[in-house]
Amino acid sequence: MTTAPAPLAARRARRPGTAGKRARRALLNLAGLLVALVTLFPVLWMISTAFKPPTELFSLTPHPIPLHPTLDNFRHVIDGTGVTDSSNNPIPYWTFLRNSLFVTIVAVAVSSLLALLAAIALARFKFRFRTTYLIMLLIVQMLPQQALVIALYIDFRSLNLLDSLTGLIAVYTAFALPVTIWMLRSFAASVPKELEEAAAIDGAGAWTVFWRILFPLVTPGLVATSVFAFIFAYNEFVFALTFLGVDTPRFTLPLFVQFFQGHSTSGTDWGAIMAASTLFTIPVLAFFLIIQRRLASGLVAGAVKG
Amino acid sequence: MVKTESRRPGRRSISSSPAGAVTGRLRRRRPPSSSPRPPGLTARQRAAIWVRRHRLAPYLLLIPATAVIAWLILWPAAQIGLFSFQDYGLMQIIGAQPTQWIGLGNYSQILHDPEFWLSLRITVLFSLVVVPLTLTVGTLVGLLLSRLGRKMATFVSTSALLAWGTPAVSASVIFAWLTDPDGGIVDWSLSKLPSWLGGGPHWAEFSWQNSALPAYTVLTALLVWMGFPFIAVTVLAGLRTRPPELHEAARIDGAGPWRSFWTITFPLLRPVFMVLLMLSIIWDFGVFTQAFVITAAPGNRDEFNLGLYEYFKAFTQPPAYGMASAIAFILTLILLIITVGYVRASVKQGEVR
Repeated sequence: MTTAPAPLAARRARRPGTAGKRARRALLNLAGLLVALVTLFPVLWMISTAFKPPTELFSLTPHPIPLHPTLDNFRHVIDGTGVTDSSNNPIPYWTFLRNSLFVTIVAVAVSSLLALLAAIALARFKFRFRTTYLIMLLIVQMLPQQALVIALYIDFRSLNLLDSLTGLIAVYTAFALPVTIWMLRSFAASVPKELEEAAAIDGAGAWTVFWRILFPLVTPGLVATSVFAFIFAYNEFVFALTFLGVDTPRFTLPLFVQFFQGHSTSGTDWGAIMAASTLFTIPVLAFFLIIQRRLASGLVAGAVKG
Repeated sequence: MVKTESRRPGRRSISSSPAGAVTGRLRRRRPPSSSPRPPGLTARQRAAIWVRRHRLAPYLLLIPATAVIAWLILWPAAQIGLFSFQDYGLMQIIGAQPTQWIGLGNYSQILHDPEFWLSLRITVLFSLVVVPLTLTVGTLVGLLLSRLGRKMATFVSTSALLAWGTPAVSASVIFAWLTDPDGGIVDWSLSKLPSWLGGGPHWAEFSWQNSALPAYTVLTALLVWMGFPFIAVTVLAGLRTRPPELHEAARIDGAGPWRSFWTITFPLLRPVFMVLLMLSIIWDFGVFTQAFVITAAPGNRDEFNLGLYEYFKAFTQPPAYGMASAIAFILTLILLIITVGYVRASVKQGEVR
């Protein structure tokens, strides 16, 4: 800890004199701009690379904006010449998109429903093992997936759930649950109990109270937690990699993106990888931007306030 | 029209509600003996009364979620522990040979494997670098966000949101491309830097993936890039709850920004920092997807962290599930020890209520 008084110059700069204030503001804005540019750069570079022809990828002076933008990389990726099935037929991008969306949507729907029931139990009832259950949820979230995948691989092998999207759905549902329950619980707890009590006094039964009062008020929370579950399942890599192996027609989008890097025969086709990565990433980022405000409040509610 | 229709089932169910599921809390204040049992109840109504009398509603609501978690997370975790004491490989998984209990055999084999100690050292050193770096960058950006004007703050936080939202696989292939020896922008920029900044032509075609130190430098940049937005947003949220008078007072007393951070902001946000620290350690210690894409795709065994070492023991030929389970068990135990700290910090912060 420094005990010396702040330097004179710094103290003068902080005095509410206009010149010092303006300089300070400009400096802060410059720092903000720098942070934003460094942060955005990788994503922008991905998009720009996706539009570059091969000659520009390996040119001696890289240009931030493609000189001769081309859609060849996207065409290559969407037609599926990069990934083939066991009899060497190309698999188009739409197959992977369909796999990913199917797995993700089913897993999110199931886990949201189960989590809502559990969250109501945790937010509205006092029962014996409530605290134990909450701590169990916290611990379960932290178990490493690359450890559990060994046991799940062996179990699913005997259940014939490998090489199937059903197995992935089951695993994604389970691994989305702890966080979803944890976040939904705080949303359900923030609904004033008086509303439910008033409805009950007016003669509403349990189902009516749930459907007409609790459910509408928890919906924003349900949206926020679904987003988290969606992002988790859509991005998940370890289980998909292990369960699907070389079953290319069942690949989800993350495997598809990584496949180009791992399995290319004639050098790495970075244009195609970046095009695939762009097709995979941009929907997520667009989604994030649209729901930005709601997401920020949900994130904070789940992460800090509990 | 649609609205009134959709309401009807709810209204109808007032009389035939299956259980006091949601309002059980309210009803149970009535002593159980005072609820008379009129004759001629349907089986459903009788079940509802039984559930309410024994206060079973919360347990019933928890059953589905708990069953799924138990089947797909808790049981596999227990299985890892069991497998780690067994000889479990190719012959056992195809059923050609029964599994054998071999006691601590897997563990002693691992502890004598130099690859294990190398991967453990890499994992620990990596966490020691990445965790403080992510926390520092995140906190600095959070502090910056709290001082910026409205428009600039929105711009910076939106770009941070985009970094945070980028899927791990995408982010990893992007960083692999940025640092590619042929055509990667990082090597190009470094070779153009003046030599007093450490640049020079020797950076051209520098390979970042061929040995552990460069590969983990890339991984560090990647994880800081992906990790700092969460820290920044959380710190910013914490800063907003801080009374501004304290800083006014400190400024009048002549405290600089460094001092007022350590004497006011940090103590106020200490619980938040504790949670963030634990979470960062758990995430960075167990990092897998990014490490897999950045270091494992080339397949250099001397670049494995603990997770990769374990994964490749299990899933490359010949598979050694028993030994991999032993490594997984060690990894899980280490993470659980950190998690205990995390749970305690969460309890202290009043999250477990």
